[in-house]
Amino acid sequence: MKVRLVDIAHARSGDKGDTANVGVIALEPRWYSVLDEFVTRERVADHFRGMIEGDVERYDLPNLNALNFLLHGALDGGGTLSLKTDAQGKVYSTALLRMLIDVPDAEARRLELPAAK
Amino acid sequence: MKKVVRVAAGQGFWGDDLDAPRRQVEGGPIDYLMLDYLAEVTMSILQKQKERDSSLGYARDFVGAMESVLPAVAERGVKVVANAGGVNPRACAAAVKVMAGERGHRLKIGVVTGDDLLGRLDELIAAGHALANMDTGAPLSTVGGEVLSANAYIGSEPIVEALEKDASVVITGRSTDTALTMAPLRYEFGWGGSQWDQLAAGIIAGHIIECGAQCSGGNCLYDWRSIPDLANVGYPLVEGSPDGSFVVTKHPKSGGRVSVQTVTEQLVYEMGDPHSYITPDVVADFTTIRLTSAGDDRVLVSGIKGRPPTDKLKVSVAYRAGFKAVGTLVYAWPDALEKAQLADRVLHERLDRLGLSFDHIVSEYVGATATHGRLAGDQRNAPEVQLRFGVRGSDRAAVERFTREIAPLVLNGPPSVTGFAGGRPKVEEIVAYWPALIDKSVVKTKVDLIQ
Repeated sequence: MKVRLVDIAHARSGDKGDTANVGVIALEPRWYSVLDEFVTRERVADHFRGMIEGDVERYDLPNLNALNFLLHGALDGGGTLSLKTDAQGKVYSTALLRMLIDVPDAEARRLELPAAK
Repeated sequence: MKKVVRVAAGQGFWGDDLDAPRRQVEGGPIDYLMLDYLAEVTMSILQKQKERDSSLGYARDFVGAMESVLPAVAERGVKVVANAGGVNPRACAAAVKVMAGERGHRLKIGVVTGDDLLGRLDELIAAGHALANMDTGAPLSTVGGEVLSANAYIGSEPIVEALEKDASVVITGRSTDTALTMAPLRYEFGWGGSQWDQLAAGIIAGHIIECGAQCSGGNCLYDWRSIPDLANVGYPLVEGSPDGSFVVTKHPKSGGRVSVQTVTEQLVYEMGDPHSYITPDVVADFTTIRLTSAGDDRVLVSGIKGRPPTDKLKVSVAYRAGFKAVGTLVYAWPDALEKAQLADRVLHERLDRLGLSFDHIVSEYVGATATHGRLAGDQRNAPEVQLRFGVRGSDRAAVERFTREIAPLVLNGPPSVTGFAGGRPKVEEIVAYWPALIDKSVVKTKVDLIQ
């Protein structure tokens, strides 16, 4: 079943130099396992391919039902050098929530995941 | 020892709601008012102000904030901790003293200095401190433009010292945002320099409230439609306990919301490696945080672990890095995006013909792809699209010349164009940041009392 992250998670993003961070938080604690399994570093790097210049790192915060992604080279130089509208990476959060993931039907039913519209 | 110490946030950056400090002292009981004024950009602005007038160089909003909370400070014993001092903490203290004196109050003001390294840079570099850029590894001696300010991020110790000297107002320069909250808790509960778990908890309390209402309903994506009364949003406060645990809450009858979700969103804001949130006092581990709902607009934070800090301090150096300008035009349906794209090509060609070259050019299509790029999907039918065209370079005259190339497009470019009433774009000087580390041992802080 296709699931869109915006239906199972919320997020906030910010900046550190030319790196944007996106914290993705499961809307329900039992959905954290879905983020953990399907929102991999590789998957996120692929999602943002062509939009960021550097690597992606992932850190896990199971205590907060959250993952933290660092998107390097995401801010056109960052800070005051950047010419981008989103120079401080404030809305990479919802850009990540656009992601579609493919969850096996049985698991999706067991966790009562909402199907992507 | 108090069982609970309340530290309230009244300012998340310079330019935040001017009325928030007063609301924090009047809305309910608090022991400390914490005001964070400094972002990286702020220090260089303050340095320029100080160059023009040696009695300036601090966040002048703070004097007004102090005036609005003066009765609470002078009569009810609420203490204030603020990094409003910028690059001139002593002048800031003097201005507060004059303001209070005119209203018949004498305040004991603690002033923390020693973070400002601008006058010592040559000496430090000569002594072998490379101040290498944390992102690129380049030594500071290779920086391209004139250095405007250089400040070390200092921790809780000098603030604690000022409180021990019975200051009712503590003014610092480039103290870390988080130390402004942790220091009062450390002072009240007598936490030693190696009680890592408690110190880390105080730092995380600071991280949660340092951006003001961003943890109490502001900028909160979770269930955002249901967050009540944002026009009267309650700024956050922490109720700290001696063991390090604390409750995040806000005053009754204020808007916004404090919930596990609003606090979690703030916890992940600007996060790097969550295992190692490095501060001058302690390294805090965000993977140990436990959040528990503790009633309406109350979240209990516990379980936090910390470990010893490194022997370095972060230094932020600001330097001149050229000029930039951004021009915009709005194109309307039909084919709004395609028209804006044609305007972009025309503009590029004109700049080429004029022989103008820039270090960097960025074109964006606001309303279509500016923030989410190709992820936004097909935008060919967008009702309107704003072309946003930015240039950056070291030659001010070239950037200035670019700003004259936007308006002509209204009559000689693609059709259905509007939104140019703001006039020519402004040329901005860029002050950029050079993050570096320095040995802790070379930064000596000092605490003075002004009465």
